[in-house]
Amino acid sequence: MSAARVGVVTFPGTLDDQDAARAVRLAGAEAVPLWHADHDLKGVDAVFLPGGFSYGDYLRCGAISRFSPLMTELIPAAQAGLPVLGTCNGFQILCEAHLLPGALTRNEGLHYICRDQRIRVENTRTAWTADFAEGQEIVLPIKHGEGRYVADAETLATLEGEGRVVFRYAGGNPNGSLNDIAGITNEAGNIVGLMPHPEHAVEELTGAPSVDGRGFFTSILKRLVNA
Amino acid sequence: MNTDSVSRALETPDERQPYAELGMKDDEYQRVRDILGRRPTSSELAIYSVMWSEHCSYKSSKVHLRQFGTKAPESEALLVGMGENAGVVDIGDGWAATFKIESHNHPSYVEPHQGAATGVGGIVRDIMSMGARPIAVMDSLRFGGADQPDTRRVLPGVVEGISHYGNCLGLPNIGGEVVFDPCYIGNPLVNALCVGLLRKDQIKLATAPGPGNKVVLFGARTGADGIGGASVLASATFEDESQAKRPAVQVGDPFMEKLLIECCLELYQADVVVGIQDLGAAGVSCATTELAAKGTGGMEVNLNLVPLRDPTLRPEEILMSESQERMMAVVTPDDIPAFMAICDKWDVPATVIGEVTDTGRLVMTWDGEVIVDIPPGTAADEGPVYERPFHEPDGQAALNADGPERLPRPEDLREALLTLLGSPNVGSKEWVTSQYDRYVRGNTVLAQPADAGMLRISEVMPGAQETTRGIALATDGNGRYAKLDPYTGAQLALAEAYRNVAVTGATPLAVTNCLNFGSPEDPEVMWQFSEAVRGLADACRTLGVPVTGGNVSFYNQTGSTAINPTPVVGVLGVIDDVAQRVRQGFTAPGLRVLLLGETREEFGGSEWAHVVHGHLGGLPPQADLEAERGLAAVLTEAAARGLLEGSHDLSDGGLAVALAESCLAQGVGCTVTLPGEDAFVELFSESAARALVCVRPEAFDAFADLCARYEVPCSGLGLTGGSALTVEGVLDVPVEELREVHASALPRVFG
Repeated sequence: MSAARVGVVTFPGTLDDQDAARAVRLAGAEAVPLWHADHDLKGVDAVFLPGGFSYGDYLRCGAISRFSPLMTELIPAAQAGLPVLGTCNGFQILCEAHLLPGALTRNEGLHYICRDQRIRVENTRTAWTADFAEGQEIVLPIKHGEGRYVADAETLATLEGEGRVVFRYAGGNPNGSLNDIAGITNEAGNIVGLMPHPEHAVEELTGAPSVDGRGFFTSILKRLVNA
Repeated sequence: MNTDSVSRALETPDERQPYAELGMKDDEYQRVRDILGRRPTSSELAIYSVMWSEHCSYKSSKVHLRQFGTKAPESEALLVGMGENAGVVDIGDGWAATFKIESHNHPSYVEPHQGAATGVGGIVRDIMSMGARPIAVMDSLRFGGADQPDTRRVLPGVVEGISHYGNCLGLPNIGGEVVFDPCYIGNPLVNALCVGLLRKDQIKLATAPGPGNKVVLFGARTGADGIGGASVLASATFEDESQAKRPAVQVGDPFMEKLLIECCLELYQADVVVGIQDLGAAGVSCATTELAAKGTGGMEVNLNLVPLRDPTLRPEEILMSESQERMMAVVTPDDIPAFMAICDKWDVPATVIGEVTDTGRLVMTWDGEVIVDIPPGTAADEGPVYERPFHEPDGQAALNADGPERLPRPEDLREALLTLLGSPNVGSKEWVTSQYDRYVRGNTVLAQPADAGMLRISEVMPGAQETTRGIALATDGNGRYAKLDPYTGAQLALAEAYRNVAVTGATPLAVTNCLNFGSPEDPEVMWQFSEAVRGLADACRTLGVPVTGGNVSFYNQTGSTAINPTPVVGVLGVIDDVAQRVRQGFTAPGLRVLLLGETREEFGGSEWAHVVHGHLGGLPPQADLEAERGLAAVLTEAAARGLLEGSHDLSDGGLAVALAESCLAQGVGCTVTLPGEDAFVELFSESAARALVCVRPEAFDAFADLCARYEVPCSGLGLTGGSALTVEGVLDVPVEELREVHASALPRVFG
């Protein structure tokens, strides 16, 4: 059986693509580079939109990327059920593309923050979180200047009511996100966006002092292998 | 508007030229006339004035800096030494590291955000131009007193500038320093370091060989950045007053720089670059003259082809513009299509603006007229050299006589520790470092507050998977020590950076430096400079680590008051197996705590004298370089043999601060007994060549044998464990209290 193939997208200004590809490989899947300018998803089984400052974050974070040729392929595929994970700038792009509701705005403290953050897993029914336990606290790095999740009251109520808040900040809200939201999913549970960085928490020697990020990649792998 | 062409210069030999306004002396201007055999055109004057400036020509420092070459130790690791964009060091297994530190002090005072941001951008391009992938940055920062109002303007801006630019580039920020002292209030120091990785056999140099090869300018378009000087030429020559108001500080675009990095790496991989140079200070002037001078000797450039952001720019301004994110490459005609295709893929504008020749002349045209026709070496390499007079400052003897012995000692050592721990210089720097991405690219093994930053090599670039090696980097500098004795102060800066690399388990290999001083025209400052360079060169020889490059920043003074002389030294080291890295501090309970090195009563320039008494006088600690060498040998060998569980260097605040920081590292306390009689000296003296380590009890004998072999004093202090720092019979502080005091130092001031 051939390995599951997870696409890792590079936009101009994407920064964590190397980390994302490494995390995919360490979990035993094949990391397939996807280029923003290609109308080609290369038949991958899932897609990882990594962090960075795509297009320099000009206009708004993720606002230009969503119009790239690759995204015009990805948006319908994701709507049809392709598993997609967006971290940090990837989350921002998913919101700009309306694959996830709400928006990420400037941190409450107005500073970029890089720190190891405790996060509570609230939903283990998504494609990317099945290997966690509900209520489990994990540690992942955050590193962003615009990670404050906001949405209108109705959207928030829907997210909360349908259990679509996947991650919440624990031990202090770092950026002023509403309801301490760190990550959310779509109705179908195949698309997950979060500000923290699982790809920086997969090795003992490097990155954050935690390997809790591995759960994302083992989760998707099991899903793909069993599919 | 008339263009001041060569033919016009010949017709108007006596036209008055604004060379003085451009910072040129009478005799320097006369030398240009002698070289050319006529008056320079205004474009030529622009080139000579920037290339012969202190910043570009090192005219005041050159005669001293030569010692870094003449006294350099034998080093098999040195692949490229001083004089190139950055030094290159062999780190084994076919790989090389290139690193350099550079100042962006004055712009950071004028406009903290952009000044600091473009400082990062500039040093990253230096590293790129060696053929390397930039892999990490560090910043060595000095500000006025933390409570001085202007510091609250400068520091947040500088940190935000570094944060924004560096984070956008995707380069982890893995260390550096933040130091406060009122002497820097009008002259903050922003020294940015970058390190890059490349294959040993793929070093690129700034050279333009091969007549017929094309000269390509690529990256951002040229605008009116940083050309305050050139506006003198524009307005004086062309009577256009509107040109006179130009921004003096450059504005950076990190997104373009990120594209440039990836674009350059792909160009190198495709092997379509003959020579390359970044555009920094002096922009096109510097790149063309240096490339031409080191190549076949000639170049023809059509300045009309330079892509402009501001179409009203005159040739003099184009030559002097310091617009960021630009590079210049020399490319064979056959490779031009491939070169352009790669630039196009990355959306990087690229334009052929000229060609290499063998005429020995740099010739530039504008609207079809020749406006520059010079031998490029005369601008690039043969600038003026000054033997500036120097003498010991008048008050130096009195300063050295005013020792710390007269200061009243603290009655309560617990309170003294907490006072130091909560002071801006010793307290946690998290307020600053949490604004930097330390994780990006996933190779960061150690980052601040570790003594040195460390990166694994194997996953940095394709093809490196086989190596187990890592590199470590630290920067240090203590202006108070250097003020008291610049010779020793410079040596202590090197010793501390060297020690910081060694405590992580890496072997120190090479040095870069950024020498921050006042005006070289002040003989007292020049004495400080000459002493510091002499001290550093001597220490590099003793420690066996060559200087690979660096930067001099003069004129850091307000009126006649100069900053404390501040030589900042960066040391790069290599660890054979990066998995053997040693983490900071007490990593587990039940470990033996050992103090390495000898403690003397040394409080001159100490953190205690500074924080508690506001005193600066006497002499700095001794720089015992043989002892440093022995200590480093013990630390690196012990790390390689797996004998160390944790380590920390002793520096500002002595053993007391080192113990506290070691407890804070992992939240593990300790109970120790001081080896000597005088608890104050034992705890707060700043004797150099010391480190704190912890070892498993069963590893103690082997470790003690190692210390004996290198004649390094080793005192058993006690054991790790518990939730407090306990010094028997002296003080007892819960780790949580240490943390609160330590963590609140900067938030208390900066919010």
